[in-house]
Amino acid sequence: MGRLRTIGRRSFLIGSAAVMGGVAFGTYMVQAPHDNPLAKDLAEGSATFNPWVLISPEKITLIAPHADKGQGVSSAQAALIAEELDVEFGQFEVSFGKPDPAYWNHAMSEEGLPFKSTDDRWAVERARATMGGALKVMGMQGTGGSTAMADSFHKLREAGAAARETLKLAASNRTGVPVSELKTANAAVQLPDGTEIKYTELAGEAAQIEPVRFVKLRDPSEWRLIGKPMQRLDILGKSTGTLDYGIDVEIEGMVHATICVNPRQGGVMKGYKENGAREMRGVIDIVEITNGVAVVADNTWRAFQAINAIECDWGDAPYPHEQADHWTAIEDSFVEAQLDDEWRNDGDVDAASGEEITAEYRSPYVAHAPMEPLNAIVQVTDARVDIWTGHQMPIILEQQIAALTEHDVENVHFHNQWIGGSFGHRLELDYIKQAAEIANQMRGTPVKMTYTREEDFAHDFPRHIAMGRASGKVADGKVVSMSLDIAAPSVLGSQMSRVGITVPGADAQIPAGSWNNPYALANFRMRSYRAPELAPVSSWRAVGAPGAGFFFDSFLDELIHAAGADPMEERLRLINHKPSRKVLEEVAALSNWGSEMGENQGRGVAFIESFGAPVAEVIEVTQSDAGIKIDKAFVVADVGTVVDPINFENLVMGGAIFGMGHAMNCEITYSDGMAEQSNYHAHEAMRMYQCPEIVIKGLENGHKIRGMGEPTVPPAAPALGNAIFAATGQRIREMPFHKHIDFV
Amino acid sequence: MEFTVNGEKREADVEYDMPLLWVLRDELGLKGTKYGCGVAQCGACTVHVDGVAVRSCQLAAGEAEGSDITTIEGLGTPETLHAVQEAWVEHQVAQCGYCQSGQIMQAAALLDQDPEPSDEVIDIVMSGNLCRCGTYPRIRAAVHTAAKKLQEA
Repeated sequence: MGRLRTIGRRSFLIGSAAVMGGVAFGTYMVQAPHDNPLAKDLAEGSATFNPWVLISPEKITLIAPHADKGQGVSSAQAALIAEELDVEFGQFEVSFGKPDPAYWNHAMSEEGLPFKSTDDRWAVERARATMGGALKVMGMQGTGGSTAMADSFHKLREAGAAARETLKLAASNRTGVPVSELKTANAAVQLPDGTEIKYTELAGEAAQIEPVRFVKLRDPSEWRLIGKPMQRLDILGKSTGTLDYGIDVEIEGMVHATICVNPRQGGVMKGYKENGAREMRGVIDIVEITNGVAVVADNTWRAFQAINAIECDWGDAPYPHEQADHWTAIEDSFVEAQLDDEWRNDGDVDAASGEEITAEYRSPYVAHAPMEPLNAIVQVTDARVDIWTGHQMPIILEQQIAALTEHDVENVHFHNQWIGGSFGHRLELDYIKQAAEIANQMRGTPVKMTYTREEDFAHDFPRHIAMGRASGKVADGKVVSMSLDIAAPSVLGSQMSRVGITVPGADAQIPAGSWNNPYALANFRMRSYRAPELAPVSSWRAVGAPGAGFFFDSFLDELIHAAGADPMEERLRLINHKPSRKVLEEVAALSNWGSEMGENQGRGVAFIESFGAPVAEVIEVTQSDAGIKIDKAFVVADVGTVVDPINFENLVMGGAIFGMGHAMNCEITYSDGMAEQSNYHAHEAMRMYQCPEIVIKGLENGHKIRGMGEPTVPPAAPALGNAIFAATGQRIREMPFHKHIDFV
Repeated sequence: MEFTVNGEKREADVEYDMPLLWVLRDELGLKGTKYGCGVAQCGACTVHVDGVAVRSCQLAAGEAEGSDITTIEGLGTPETLHAVQEAWVEHQVAQCGYCQSGQIMQAAALLDQDPEPSDEVIDIVMSGNLCRCGTYPRIRAAVHTAAKKLQEA
């Protein structure tokens, strides 16, 4: 995410003007200011009530516009509509829909402003609404920042309710029975005499009626789907190999391509030697693209073989070639001139008295490396461009490709696909642009471009590196002050620069997960420093919080130990936000915190709030001759409302595993300007034998619904580091931990 | 070259060294078997060759010629699920799901060899199959469930 936020900022004036012009923010899309895209090509006899519900005489189609990269959001969106529409799983189809401004994401505004998520003062809520207005005016559809449920929770239920009431009205018009005497269930309107009229039978009549607008949503006590375990709609396809991801899509006449671009990212290609690649079996063409070369063949593997035969002469990278120089650039950034913002300055950290502790922390570059290597199918003709791939920012995608192929944007058609993991990489556009560059040179032919895994690593935009310099004081068994300075390149600046936008203001992701902590430390200062742009970086699951949160919580743990206090009790003493306190209390209870542990065992706790969701994790480890073994993990998270307990557990578990695995053994380092890690053997995160039992509990005390894709990632690293300290006395201040300690 | 794939005779005009993975995907149109790493590091391409779980990205077509190959599509179908697939659905293992064809094929081969595997055996055998969404605890549970189903069958 992030990219929306900055566009939002730039367009703030538009948003403000909209507020003054009387646009009513806070009412949702049932009264859409954007046209309903489903109304454009509506077939005779079909009805659409809003951008999410389409009913024909044959079937019911629900539009789930948030991209599904594995987080189960297609099912969750459908469930929200179905809850109020009174249709059951199996009675409707789900479509990703076509990109459209009507699907703008209003929840992106939450993360776009420098307020703590717990801050719900009127002025803050007003600012959020204004930012939301800007996104609405721009029609910014997008998936990211764990916003899908926050964006959808009200408006999709309202969409379902409005459609239901309109269908009832159509039934009333047909039968003469008053609406108040009609009921709905199982995709049908029920008359008092028990007769049922299927929604599909009412479509034609409903289409003639102005859709009902204001509908009261059902009380949570009446929910039959939300909060109950669901069987996600893609589970059968994903368990039988029958669900097509983007990489599996076939378009008639399609050819297979792969690319090699300068692994010194952003560097030019000075020239290349084909070395007989053109004569290799199956090779159709070799074409130049920006900073690299592409092979087009009749089979993916033949394209791979040919690209490996080609020898390229690469130009220099626009960043330091050696990793050590990247770190030097970060170290040199802790200076007044590069101060990005002072996020907190409570009390007086300098005047506080006590025993002083200082420490320095590091967080490395890390790759996204989703299991499905990046790929895209593009077909360019003189009249139009069609794109089949999975992506999180469809509107920006269409704009960027239109600029590249010089088509009008309304002639660029993106067909979103199931995504085999993203972790942020599917926010980037290079792979689609590269496919479009090839297709543009062979107009008419659909080109499927697939990265080799090696290209995927070489051409990733990894998580940014960061350093934290911390100091604090302890006295009388308590933590009395803490100061944390973080220096990092701006991930938002880097990401946005690739779509031609300069980011004004401080980057809230540099200190994310640290400045917004809910502790009542009498003396607390948090400053961020903006390092120069180094290797190009991008949002990686939870963005800034996995690094900054690791620094903050690990150092807090250091201070607590120095004070001689108990890590759980001291955190509970300091925490002053009720739902966050509850999360910590629950994880203490769940993990039986304080109970006796065996020899060489230790447990650590960490608490971080990111994307509005407070999460606490306790990890237990054992030290053996072979190394550290993770025995068990406990995760408690507050999401406001759990939509599907099964999916909730999956995301929580997956986030914790992602956080632990990368903290243990993943980093991207640069040498000669190129990423040194080329495949999973050098960047494998967690495998099954290292995966502990994980006990999970979801809480619903927060007053807003939150997404769970990201917030359980950040606490995993500090909880693991704190556990290792408890077991061994060794404090690890740098990820990946395996540079300092072995794991079983 | 001729292969028996999911019980049917199939032919492909390919180089000796084209990996079976790409024969299946790009020549025979069987897309359930996934490309993940190309170097036997992730297991997404796992299929059964003469009953043995094999990384199809590492097996040359020429070496597979004449073999009896089972892919995820041949293990079971949405209408007639294999016990392992049934367990995968019941436990709702998949998130992004991209690695799951390989996980399921590996698990089915494991249960052929060891009908009642311990957690330790599951961990050892399944650790070659990478999942980046973090479904491992559910995979473990689903393997146990599948083992029970197969024993009861």
